[in-house]
Amino acid sequence: MKKGKWLVSVLALTTLLAACGGDDSEPANGGTNDGATNNEPANNEEPANGENGEAAAEEPAGDMAADQSLIFARGGDSVSLDYASVTDGESSRVTQQIYESLLFFADDSFELEPGLATEWDVSEDGLTYTFTLREGVSFHDGTPFNADAVKLNFERWADPNHEYNFADEGYAYSVYGTQFGGFAGDEGHVIEEINAVSDYEVEFVLNQQLGSFLQNMGMSYFAMTSPAAFEEFGATINENPVGTGPFKFVSWSRNDSIVLEKNEDYWQEGLPKLDQVIFQVIPDNSARLTALRSGEIDLMDGLNPDDIAAIEGEAGLAMFERTTNNIGYLGFNMDKEPFDNQQVRQALNHAIDKETLITTLYAGLAEPAKNIIPPGYLGYNDQVDEYAYDPDRAMELLEEAGLGDGFELDLWTMPVARPYMPDPERAAEVMQANLADIGVTANIVSMEWATYLEQTEAGEQDVFMLGWSGTNGDPDYFFGNLLTQDAIPGGNRTFYRSDEFDALVDQAKVSIDEEERADLYEQAQAIMHEDAPMVPLVHSRPVLAGSDRIADYVPHPSTSEPLTDVYLTE
Amino acid sequence: MISYTIRRLLMLIPVLIGMSLITFSIIHLIPGNPAQTILGEQATPQQIEQLEEQLGLNEPYFVQYADYMMGLLQGDLGTSLRTNGAISAEIWPFLAATIELTLFAMVFAIIVGVNAGIISAWKQNSIFDYTAMIIALVGVSMPIFWLGLMEQWIFAQNLGWFPAFGRGNPRDPVETVTHFYLIDTLISGRPDQFVTTLRHLVLPGIALGTIPMAIIARMTRSSMLEVLRSDYIRTVEAKGINSLSVVYRHGFKNAVIPVLTVVGLQTGALLGGAILTETIFSWPGIGRYVYDAISNRDYPVIQTGILVVAFMFVMINLLVDLLYSYIDPRIKY
Repeated sequence: MKKGKWLVSVLALTTLLAACGGDDSEPANGGTNDGATNNEPANNEEPANGENGEAAAEEPAGDMAADQSLIFARGGDSVSLDYASVTDGESSRVTQQIYESLLFFADDSFELEPGLATEWDVSEDGLTYTFTLREGVSFHDGTPFNADAVKLNFERWADPNHEYNFADEGYAYSVYGTQFGGFAGDEGHVIEEINAVSDYEVEFVLNQQLGSFLQNMGMSYFAMTSPAAFEEFGATINENPVGTGPFKFVSWSRNDSIVLEKNEDYWQEGLPKLDQVIFQVIPDNSARLTALRSGEIDLMDGLNPDDIAAIEGEAGLAMFERTTNNIGYLGFNMDKEPFDNQQVRQALNHAIDKETLITTLYAGLAEPAKNIIPPGYLGYNDQVDEYAYDPDRAMELLEEAGLGDGFELDLWTMPVARPYMPDPERAAEVMQANLADIGVTANIVSMEWATYLEQTEAGEQDVFMLGWSGTNGDPDYFFGNLLTQDAIPGGNRTFYRSDEFDALVDQAKVSIDEEERADLYEQAQAIMHEDAPMVPLVHSRPVLAGSDRIADYVPHPSTSEPLTDVYLTE
Repeated sequence: MISYTIRRLLMLIPVLIGMSLITFSIIHLIPGNPAQTILGEQATPQQIEQLEEQLGLNEPYFVQYADYMMGLLQGDLGTSLRTNGAISAEIWPFLAATIELTLFAMVFAIIVGVNAGIISAWKQNSIFDYTAMIIALVGVSMPIFWLGLMEQWIFAQNLGWFPAFGRGNPRDPVETVTHFYLIDTLISGRPDQFVTTLRHLVLPGIALGTIPMAIIARMTRSSMLEVLRSDYIRTVEAKGINSLSVVYRHGFKNAVIPVLTVVGLQTGALLGGAILTETIFSWPGIGRYVYDAISNRDYPVIQTGILVVAFMFVMINLLVDLLYSYIDPRIKY
């Protein structure tokens, strides 16, 4: 009897613990309400219950759950909540809820819609943009949103000497530099000046045309922070975000969770529907799925393609698919032999079996690519004839190029999964087999991620895998960064040099006539197709998994979307 | 004793300087530019250059080291390259989370391990002994990530007894004062949150504590076997004192020294090596803090993280040494 005492106590303790919090492991309904009613409200639940009734009454659906708090689980934490100073998607996913930009993108595309600006007007010469601002909008700290706020925000990013630029504290607004041709005082900087015409009218004067100017205005990087908050928080603004968005910032415990609560004074009547949004870090993909299955979280990003089949039939779970907005490609280093030979490049284009790649590695959630911009983009050239999978044709071309006996190459593959390439190593193996079929021996090379990026930029590779994701829905973001000579060294890792191609892209970049731009990009794609600096592999469609109680959630191609309309059903 | 303690503390200084020099050198040998890592594949060369300049990565190696050490002497642990935050302010919540988890894991390991070891020794070659030692053998050889995922699958997903991730219910955040949740929930008078915290500790605690538990069980058993064969135990038994009390009161006290060594070493190892457990259970601890820093080439955080862990390791060893002489006054220095 006595010898079993420890065992009994341990078992008893375990059972007790399991039993005690039984209700807490219930998904949404348990913990919070208990916390709020028993004691001091933990943070923000108390007003929520009252509001819910009203909101539910307004909703025709009428099946809103009582607890409107949503946990969105992801693999990594945000870097900063000062959105313009960082480039990672996990940061913008959160700031997207707190901050708003002058223009919004449509729910599932990059089509522009009114945001904090209700109207916009472009002068004939394309050099002056006037925005009419929405009246009656206030920041979370209660201060009004107006033209001065817009001016201050833009000047802050543009001018490293601005008192709120915080360059000394290590902030850099690199995306601003990329999108607007540099910073105040730089030669290429396109924004000449910003004028607050009246309280609710702001004017941007450019010194040269910029085709993607309006698209930039919709990017999450260029959203509005409360000027009063800069004054109050200074350089710690990255931990104290104050915007006009549907949700207010509550707390952030690093590497763990970010808690947001409903903005009761949001300018869109009756929105948002959720009372609380929590961004929870769960680094391990399988653990995240377990948490979803056990009901501890509501929505998760970063699903293993292998798990998709299992989830599809599972009760209580739902899948949410993003529209495609990326390209995964196999690039040739055109500075090296034999990849300087067009026939060789075309041959290898014929050698890769994209369909097999998609079935084995993407669980079907991708489409074969023939251009570098995803279909649906302005100027997508559908007339381009895809290089069909045709090993015989490939061998013919190699024969013509004098490489009929085959040759050997190093196939570089990245060490990390990317949205456009969920399992790079296996993808490399599939392509290695494809190449072997036409007598080409591929040695797979992999190295650490930062080194990989550096070395490919320096041109050490023969053939390499990489990809690109769009951020503003503008084709220039793909063409300009991946294939023009200006991007060497940089995003152009194929070392593709075509003056003709560059001329078209440059012309399209500064044009503000949509039709003209589309036409120019179509021509550029035709040229690129002939030159074949790369094998465009796939446009993938990333998926998220979540509870089937989530309603009105539309994942945006930019990988971060406002959760304004989302709600939970019973 | 006091002079010994002071001497041991002074010895920490060269150890830590050596440690900082080694970490500093090693991480600068890793290929790959931190600015590139931070900015990702969509960065332009201008962006990278700008960030490098801002982060002071263009400075020569020794200048960077000297800057770092100067700061360290003034109590400045550096600034994270990634978040721009002061590490001294950032690191504590992570450290507290790891300490809490480690202590829980060690309490589990000690209670189960020591008792299993003692009973195995007492009932040597019994069914219990064989079972316990087989479990211990399996425990030592089981990969932590596998054990963790199994626990989650069985106890979180299927049975729903324990939560699968984190330190508490994210919908009901703990009001932090010390960042030890068990203490904080008591301070804020939330017994419900205390239980929630405890429930969150169970699965990662067991995953983390299993290996030390097995090692402790085996060490306790062999140490106890030796003691139980000694003359004085036979004398005590001859006096007719009942055997369980003999084993616990008289035997264990003399078998405890090697066990204590193992406990000390294991605690130190767990503090630094909890990365896998912390990743699987999304435990925001120091292991993951450093791991994330490594994948982001956040030099100052890596240096400081390793230094802090090394410091704790050394401190625990010191504590164990001091405990020796307390438990067994014959051990003198």
